Amino acid sequence: MVCFYYFLVSTLRIESRNTLIGHQVTVELKNDLAITGILSSVDQFLNIKLDDIRVVDDTKYPHMMAVKNCFIRGSVVRYVQLPASAVDTALLQDAARREAQTPTTAAAHTMNR
Amino acid sequence: MTEETHTAPVEPAAVEEPLDLVRLSLDERIYVKLRGDRELRGKLHAYDGHLNMVLSEVEETITVVEINEETYEEVIRTQKKTSEMLFVRGDGVILVSPPVRTG
Repeated sequence: MVCFYYFLVSTLRIESRNTLIGHQVTVELKNDLAITGILSSVDQFLNIKLDDIRVVDDTKYPHMMAVKNCFIRGSVVRYVQLPASAVDTALLQDAARREAQTPTTAAAHTMNR
Repeated sequence: MTEETHTAPVEPAAVEEPLDLVRLSLDERIYVKLRGDRELRGKLHAYDGHLNMVLSEVEETITVVEINEETYEEVIRTQKKTSEMLFVRGDGVILVSPPVRTG
């Protein structure tokens, strides 16, 4: 689960201390519900807290109108749309290369050679 | 004459495990097939062992097969969406490849 944490941390949090926390993101769920809101926090499972939320298609999902903030279980997320201006892509690539070198659970089977 | 055995030095460019193929696609446009008849084309900026990914300039293609109720013909409809920067959760990923050119 370290890599998950890395990911959210690097993508959505460290992301160069210009953390994405506080930015507006759109979270698309596996049931096609898309929620836009201010990213409040993220944890190792990719669970996400959003503030000041708005459902993208609120005619289709009117029951969400009264909800102002929410916690989203990481496993139901399909995509998170990020503000491109807030993402340092060079930094992300470096982080991904570094992650590729450190053995994770996925790479562990190659370690014992 | 003694024969020395050397362990091969770590060659970063070598493809030793499947994920190395993905590593070599960093900063390149890739094609991602996802669950639910979804496909993405975009530039890969980051990934991890779960195949969580960050893509930019993404075009998403959703394929829906509808059956005409009268003629029972299958109508294939594709819906396209774009986004400038997208985090993709790895559990939906089926395959990652260089982009497929389709008309």
